[in-house]
Amino acid sequence: MGWTTLLLALREIRRNLMRSFLTVLGIVIGVAAVVTMVTLGNGATQSVSDQISSLGSNLLMLRPGQRMGPGSSSAGAPNFKIEDVEAIKSQIGQLAAVAPSVSRSAVLVVGTRNWMSSITGTDSEYFAAGNWTLAEGRAFFVSEERAGKAVCVIGATVQKELFGERSPVGEEMRIKNFSCEVIGVLAAKGQSGMGRDQDDTVLMPLRAVQRRLTGKQDVSMILISMADGASSEQVVADINSLMRERRKLADNEDDNFNVMDTKEIAKTLSGAIGTMTALLGAVAAVSLLVGGIGIMNIMLVSVTERTREIGIRLAIGALEKEVLMQFLTEAVALSAFGGLIGILLAVLACYGLSSLIDIPFAFDPGINLLAFGFSAAIGVIFGYVPARRAAQLDPIEALRHE
Amino acid sequence: MTQENRPNSHVPIITLSAITKTYGQGQAAFQALGGVDLSVQQGEFVAIMGPSGSGKSTAMNILGCLDTPTSGAYIFDGQHVENLTRDQRALLRRDYLGFVFQGFNLLARTSALENVELPLLYRGESVEARHRMAKAALKSVGLDGWEHHTSSELSGGQQQRVAIARAIVTNPKVLLADEPTGNLDSKRGHEIMDLLVGMNRDLGITILMVTHEPDIAAYAGRIVHFVDGHVESDTSNSKTKSATD
Repeated sequence: MGWTTLLLALREIRRNLMRSFLTVLGIVIGVAAVVTMVTLGNGATQSVSDQISSLGSNLLMLRPGQRMGPGSSSAGAPNFKIEDVEAIKSQIGQLAAVAPSVSRSAVLVVGTRNWMSSITGTDSEYFAAGNWTLAEGRAFFVSEERAGKAVCVIGATVQKELFGERSPVGEEMRIKNFSCEVIGVLAAKGQSGMGRDQDDTVLMPLRAVQRRLTGKQDVSMILISMADGASSEQVVADINSLMRERRKLADNEDDNFNVMDTKEIAKTLSGAIGTMTALLGAVAAVSLLVGGIGIMNIMLVSVTERTREIGIRLAIGALEKEVLMQFLTEAVALSAFGGLIGILLAVLACYGLSSLIDIPFAFDPGINLLAFGFSAAIGVIFGYVPARRAAQLDPIEALRHE
Repeated sequence: MTQENRPNSHVPIITLSAITKTYGQGQAAFQALGGVDLSVQQGEFVAIMGPSGSGKSTAMNILGCLDTPTSGAYIFDGQHVENLTRDQRALLRRDYLGFVFQGFNLLARTSALENVELPLLYRGESVEARHRMAKAALKSVGLDGWEHHTSSELSGGQQQRVAIARAIVTNPKVLLADEPTGNLDSKRGHEIMDLLVGMNRDLGITILMVTHEPDIAAYAGRIVHFVDGHVESDTSNSKTKSATD
């Protein structure tokens, strides 16, 4: 009986193809909207966490000044010294790499081309901490770091702007009033989570930048990469107490430095996107509900239209539950079809939109199955009332119906 | 289609005793049947006649187990059916009764074959059995080759033949026909009557038929007249019209 009921329902849907299509349009739009929202949301979350992890895995950033946010200020907070870096290296465990960093913007000139970029003074641990790999050339030698030699490793954007297709390794590049030898090129990373081009950068030994660009012994940021499996809370707490001690802060004074955990940022951003996704999904789900009401409406009309047919079925011995099942199956088949079409549309829409707004196409079978199941459930819920009305018709009255 | 419905003159297949049917309540109550006694032997062909409002349709609905009496007893094939539930009556109709209506009542936009298969569907017959039985039934009403025509492609007489095929495809014990020729011209009407007489004679199916046309009632072996909710007369029809076959 089950299979036959399904065939009967499909035949009935095919018989009124146009009406069936219009009936399920609400479900189609609802499912398509929910699935598109959630899939794009997942793509955005994935894209953010990819970008954050491209900053460096398990990366902490130690900066002077209070934690960023409303009312915070870095004014008056002293910068770090290279000794702070040494102290962190020697006194804190579970670390993979610690690199100082001080940056300045400057115009770079090669031949007739020039380009404004950010020059960061650091040491060779910066590559590990910042998750950088070299596309070409080499990193700094320890001797170069110690001597503060004018050598530099350039980002992919800088290479493209100043050297074009030509290999820059061994070439000279003018920065302000000095000349610097390019010894390597960083592999491209792309945009960071904050929309900044990470490849628009030049790395030089810390001492070279301090001596020739900033003129001070300061270190403005310390990048700290934790070892795999390290507890970030423990490391952050250790760094906090070490820095408070080194900066001679009394117990009643606030920190005049802050530690940013990239994982925390990623978590916060993903959480925010997740909330947005859920909100948009919920709005879209309302249209599913409206679609369900549409199905109930048309099923009620259909029951009235087919009163005589129901009378015939009842007269020749159909049980109440058989008539109920017939109409319920029809409603469920309709809404499930709507769900399928909606999912197809959503996949197409996500495919198009994800490349348009430049996020990965994160196909999630879970949400697709859920949307399909939900649309079928809507068929059951909103098909029940009309089906019960059909099943409870009086066969004598129904046969007399014109 | 072989069937062993041998007439048994001792145990009637249908017995109505003191059946009443009242619609509405209190002041507005209307008594459609006021104590009907009727018994029908297996293999009989009974015509039920009477003016409008005489209660013949109400009686037919009760006989067809579509409705229940207000009081009285209805014994069908040895079984009390007056107090059966809706679903029990549906099962009884499915297994023992066939219906032919004045308005044919075929499913629209559905082929003759599918219409005839409908009762078999509810009996849970396999696809092959349904096809075979429905084809045989259509053949027995002379619609060989019309299996795939939909109702709108058939004439009135042909539609009623499909309806008869649908009623007899399950080998029912009793066929209830409500004005089966009411929507047909006289020639087609007589053809349908010949068919019903043949079913009664050859298959031994008991037939109860409501009609208000004396020349249609003349085909039956027994004529019951209803007036004002009572059986006014119940006569056997000796000069039964014979089937022209």
